[in-house]
Amino acid sequence: MILFVAVLLPVIGAAWCALPRSHAAAPYVNAAAVSTSFLLTLWIAAHTAATGHVVAIAGWVSVDAFAAILMLGIAAVACSASIYSIGYIGHLHAPPRRVRAYYANLALFIVSMLAISVCVEPGLVWIAVELTTLLSVLLVSFVDTREALEAAWKYMVITLLGATVAVLGVLVLFWSQHVAGGTSFTYAGLAADAHRMNPILVAAAFALLLIGFGAKIGLFPMHTWLPDAHSQAPAPVCAMLSGVETSAILYVLLRLMPLFRAIPSVHASTWFAIFGTASLVAAALLIVQTHDLKRLFAFSTVEHMGVIVLGASIGTLSGNLAVVWQILVHGLTKSLCFYAAGAVALVAGTTEFAKVRGLQRHAPLVGTILLVGSLAIAGAPPFAVFLSELAIALAAISVGQVWLAAVLLAFVGIAFAGTIAKVAGMMLGRENEGLHVHPAPGVVRGVLVACAIPVLILGLWIPAGLGNLFTQAAAQVTLP
Amino acid sequence: MSNYHAFEPEINALICGFFVLSAFGMVVIRQIGACLTVFIVQSLLLAASAFVLGAEPLSWHLIAVGCVTLLSKPILIPYVLRRLVPREIYTVREISQALDVPTSLLVALGLALIGFALGTRLVGAAPLLAKQNVIVGFASLLIGALVLAVRREAVPQMLGILAMENAAFLAGIAIAPDFPLIAELAIAFDVPLLAFIVSILTRAVYRRVGSTAVGELAALREHPQ
Repeated sequence: MILFVAVLLPVIGAAWCALPRSHAAAPYVNAAAVSTSFLLTLWIAAHTAATGHVVAIAGWVSVDAFAAILMLGIAAVACSASIYSIGYIGHLHAPPRRVRAYYANLALFIVSMLAISVCVEPGLVWIAVELTTLLSVLLVSFVDTREALEAAWKYMVITLLGATVAVLGVLVLFWSQHVAGGTSFTYAGLAADAHRMNPILVAAAFALLLIGFGAKIGLFPMHTWLPDAHSQAPAPVCAMLSGVETSAILYVLLRLMPLFRAIPSVHASTWFAIFGTASLVAAALLIVQTHDLKRLFAFSTVEHMGVIVLGASIGTLSGNLAVVWQILVHGLTKSLCFYAAGAVALVAGTTEFAKVRGLQRHAPLVGTILLVGSLAIAGAPPFAVFLSELAIALAAISVGQVWLAAVLLAFVGIAFAGTIAKVAGMMLGRENEGLHVHPAPGVVRGVLVACAIPVLILGLWIPAGLGNLFTQAAAQVTLP
Repeated sequence: MSNYHAFEPEINALICGFFVLSAFGMVVIRQIGACLTVFIVQSLLLAASAFVLGAEPLSWHLIAVGCVTLLSKPILIPYVLRRLVPREIYTVREISQALDVPTSLLVALGLALIGFALGTRLVGAAPLLAKQNVIVGFASLLIGALVLAVRREAVPQMLGILAMENAAFLAGIAIAPDFPLIAELAIAFDVPLLAFIVSILTRAVYRRVGSTAVGELAALREHPQ
């Protein structure tokens, strides 16, 4: 029951927006509903750490350790995005009708993402994935400029195309299990039936799911929509899309990895290594030449998805531990980066590197948080992303894949240099004469500080319960 | 019923043949209104295939899927589109496709052959009816992707996505007839939601840009400094 309440609570925010003249209170009702959902998620995560799972409907809706980590990440970012929206969207002075539509859409988008974490039946999971696209398209086009509409259209077409390919993958997966006499069409049921399933059908399902969901994750070469959508959307939506939406879809593939890896002829690890490396390399090279802060963080998402996929290709317990860790810390850190980028847009009116200089002098709080977020996401020690990337490299070396570790470290290094050079120029460079700086709203500044705290702490200390969840989650996606 | 059993593969083969023809039609027909009509016909064929497969042996599950498809795709989607997308768009004749019609047709033929080859490799020892649907489903899926690539107008692009869904479900009803009904029902109602969201976005593009030629939108790109 508590799972349904936690997932569906944000619907209250959406229902409120359906009322006439509700726009003034809509941001607060939405933030209250999503925050309560986050608190319930904390309880669910703690309960899962202690007992191993929370079940609502066996075989359909339940949460285990890995799902709890994903749910925690989604709820945390959704909570901060909802509060941040109060300041950010309020500052845009949009018409009341659009404000109501924004909060209704945001709430339903959050529900669809939480649904991915609690559903264990791939058919239901696919529906949740499709809904994340449908419910976020109008959020991407919220500012209603030609560029935002172009980004939203591109996002919708490519990800829906991917979803259509993926649904055939789900159907072929069901078919292959059905032919093998299996009955439990869940992540665990599929893994249990792996040895009886037809390798050709499983390989076909893997290919369809990798291409289909890969488009939504932003894996190279299906990533072209991602920098556009993740840079044109309002900052809190970017935080949701980049921070948790991409990794929520990747989570689905990771849950199916025990099945795919159990059948050697599928070559799942090899394909993961190829797509992960290609995404990492392409993103690192694009980061170096990008002209806009939000696009830089969007390319950084492609880079991190590449790193996670590459880490998942190793297949050892230590590799998967780093992967699960990276999924959570990337979400928290990337959302902070987009909040900082949104604050830059509010303060300076643009996020283009060439137009914003000397930010540290005029907006020291925003500048400092931007620097902290950029260092953290680029992989500087002692932040958590550094630890997870190092752990993935060490896991690769431990199984003799030195080349993989070398590629990882080299291109993460290039992305690091590109990110820091561009952000440093924005903060410390000689200030532009035409730059008019406005103060950031108090709510925005408050969220920036609050979101920086876990990013700082998690690199140095992991709470025991969270550590327990990570160990269980890594074991769930590792072949015995 | 025994006579029906003998004719069932023939009837289904006929439906599958018209289905793949409708996929080709969506590549080459330039009038946007006619494109929508072809999509409606294709959706009716999908529902017909579900009824044929569900009749013998009797499967209420597949018949329910056919009914839901009949309600959502040929009825709800055109209704949503006609209500939300500006009326004048349906009279537009698309003249700036990424590929001209003969070339598109040739590429579609090539994709159909690839789809047939992929589908044939997958079906192996599956029953004849499943073979027909899977092979035609794979071919039509690839042709649907081509529609997305070559059309520049919003409505035909959306119909390309929906045609791909039709193709996936044509294969799906044959290979996974016991797929949990709750999921299939949700999928069937997810499609009108898709049409609703796309229509709103199409309207916004029309209002802001003055046309629905989404293929012409190309302001977002990387500018190396």
